[in-house]
Amino acid sequence: MSSEGLQRGYAILKEQIDAPTASYLSSCVNCGMCAEACLFFTETGDPRYTPIHKVEPLKKVWRHEYTFWGRLSKALGLSKPVTDEELAAWSPLVYDGCSMCGRCSVVCPVGNDITYMIRKVREGLAAAGHAPEGLVAATRRAITVGSPMGVKLPALQAQIRHVEQDTGLSVPVDVENADYMLLLSSMEIMNFPEFIAAVTRIFDRTEVSWTISSEAFEATNSGIQIGVSDLAAELVQRVVTAAEKLNVKYVISPECGHAYMAIRWEGPNLIGRPYGFRVVHILELLDELREQGRLKLQGKETDRLTYHDPCQIGRRGGILEQPRNLLRAISDDLVELPGGGMMNWCCGAGGGVSSNERADEIRLRAFNRKKSQLDQIQVDGLVSACSNCRIHIEEGLEHNHIDLPVLSLTELIEKHLAD
Amino acid sequence: MSDTEFLLLVRGPLFTLATVILVGGVLIRIAEILFMGRKKSLAEARGSEASGGFRVMLSRSVPDADTFHRSGFTIISGYVFHIGLFVVIFLFVPHILVFERAIGLSWPGLPSNIIDATTVITLIAMLTLLIHRIVDPVRRMLSGFQDYWVWLVTALPLITGYFAFHRVGVSGAWMLAVHILSVELLMITFPFTSLSHAFTLWMSRWYNGAVSGYRGIR
Repeated sequence: MSSEGLQRGYAILKEQIDAPTASYLSSCVNCGMCAEACLFFTETGDPRYTPIHKVEPLKKVWRHEYTFWGRLSKALGLSKPVTDEELAAWSPLVYDGCSMCGRCSVVCPVGNDITYMIRKVREGLAAAGHAPEGLVAATRRAITVGSPMGVKLPALQAQIRHVEQDTGLSVPVDVENADYMLLLSSMEIMNFPEFIAAVTRIFDRTEVSWTISSEAFEATNSGIQIGVSDLAAELVQRVVTAAEKLNVKYVISPECGHAYMAIRWEGPNLIGRPYGFRVVHILELLDELREQGRLKLQGKETDRLTYHDPCQIGRRGGILEQPRNLLRAISDDLVELPGGGMMNWCCGAGGGVSSNERADEIRLRAFNRKKSQLDQIQVDGLVSACSNCRIHIEEGLEHNHIDLPVLSLTELIEKHLAD
Repeated sequence: MSDTEFLLLVRGPLFTLATVILVGGVLIRIAEILFMGRKKSLAEARGSEASGGFRVMLSRSVPDADTFHRSGFTIISGYVFHIGLFVVIFLFVPHILVFERAIGLSWPGLPSNIIDATTVITLIAMLTLLIHRIVDPVRRMLSGFQDYWVWLVTALPLITGYFAFHRVGVSGAWMLAVHILSVELLMITFPFTSLSHAFTLWMSRWYNGAVSGYRGIR
C-alpha cells in the first residue's frame, strides 16, 4: 500500500529524530503562540500555517516509533501511520508557508526550536518526492551547473571584467595563499554586481589579501533549502575543496542569509569534519576592519535609514551588533524596525520560498508584515545584507507602489570610504 | 466499603502506586529523550552552549514586548493558572503535611482562605484557556483528545479539593478520598502526556539555547 517514496520519506523522518526533537515534541502543549510569531499566519490568518502544525508529520513518526503509547498502539494496529497524501499535503505548509526565519523558535514558551524541526520535515518530504518543482530545479542546477540560477564561470568573468573597468582595480581570481576567499551568491553576480565592485574597492583600501575561486564561487546552497543533506554536503564540499586548494585562511560569506547558515553553521556537520579555514561573514569582517582602524569612513548619510536583519544572519546567525556598528559610523539618523534585531520579522522570501514559484502569491502576502512595519517608522531608505531579502523587499515595495530605496550595507559602506 | 476504608485505600496503596508511576514514568521519559542523543556541532564555536542553554532556560519565561502584545491572553491566563497551581499544590498547609510525610521536608504555608481564593482564580484562568482552545481557530485545530484530557485531569483535583474543603454534599472522608483519587489520576497521566512539559521544557529550553549560545547569539 505504501509507495516507495513514502517509505523513503518515512525512513528519513525517523532518522531525523534526535534528543532535542524528542524533547521539543514532548514539551509542546499546543498553546498556539507560535502562530502569532509567524508572518505566514499573521498575514493570512490561516491556522494551517501555525509553525508547530507544520511539524505534524515528524510528530506522528516520533509518536509511532519512539513513544510508549505510540509503539503500543502501533503493535495493536490501532494508530494510523503517516500517509503519502499527508506528506504531499504538508509540502505547501513547510516549503511555501515557511521561510525558516526562526521567529517561532525564539517565542515558544516551552523553548521548542520549531524551525529546527521544520528543516527536518523538509528532509522527509524531499526524500518522499514532495519538494516543490522550483526548488528541485534550482537544486539540480546547483549540482550540475554550479549555481541555482544557472550562473556559469563565464558570466562571473564577464562581471569581473566590468568591475575591473569601473573600479580600475584588479579582481584577484585563484590567487593561492590569499588570506580571504570571497563567495558570492548568484543573485549578486547577476543582479547586484555593484556588490563585487564595493568589496573590491574596500579590500583595496583596507589592504585585505583576497581572492575569488573560479572553481567554487557560489555561496548559496539549495540542498539546505530543499532539505537534502547529501546534496547540501556536496555543495559545501566544493567550497571546502577550493578553499583548501588555494590555502586561504578565511572564507567570506557574502550578503546572503542562508548561504551564511550553510557554510558557517551547517557545513562542517554536513561534510562530517571541521574546516581547515575559518568562515566570516562580510559584515563581521567589515566591522572588524573598522574596529582595527583599517576601514576608515567619512561623511554621514542624510537620509533616515533602518536596517532589516536577514534572519539567518541575525536571529539564527548571531550577527546583530556588527551591522549596527557599521551603520552608526555613517548615519546619525538610524531607526530600528519594530522588533529590529533578535525579533525582526522576515521579509517573507527566505528559506527557499523565493525559488519556489508555487509560493509567489503567499510570499507577497507575507511581505505585508514588512510593509506595515515600514509604515510605522517612515524611513527614507532600508539597508540590509542579503540579496534575497533585498530583491524580495524591492518586489514587495513595487507591488505596493511604494518608492523606497533598498540598499546593501556593504555597498553603502563603500560609498563612505575615506579618501 | 466504608468511607474510611475507601479513604485509607486511596491515600495508602493507591497513592504509593501513583507515586511509583509518576516518578518511574518521568524518569523513563527523560531517559528516552536523552538516549536519543544529538550530534556535536563541528562548526567553529563563537560562544558556549552552557551560557546560551542556561540563559534561555530562564529568559524564555519572560516574553518579549511584541509577543506579549500578540499573545497576551495566552500568556496572562497561562501565568495565572501556573502560579495558582503552584500555590495551591505547594502552599496549602494540609498538602505540606503530605509532603513532609513523604520526603521529610516542610515549609510555611498560606492561610486557607487565600488558598481558597487562589483555587477559584486558577479554575477561572483554566476555564478561559479552555474556551480559548475551543473558540480560537488555531488552538482548535491544534488540539486533540489529549489536550482536553490533560485539562480535565488538572482541573479535577482543584474542583474536588474545593468541594472537600467546603464539605459540599457528601461526607468529608468520602470527598477527600475522591480528591486524592483525582490527584492520583493526574499523577499517572502526567508522565505519558504533554503534562510532562513541566520537566521536558527545561531540556527543550536548554537544547534551543545551547544552539544560540554556540553561535554566539544574544
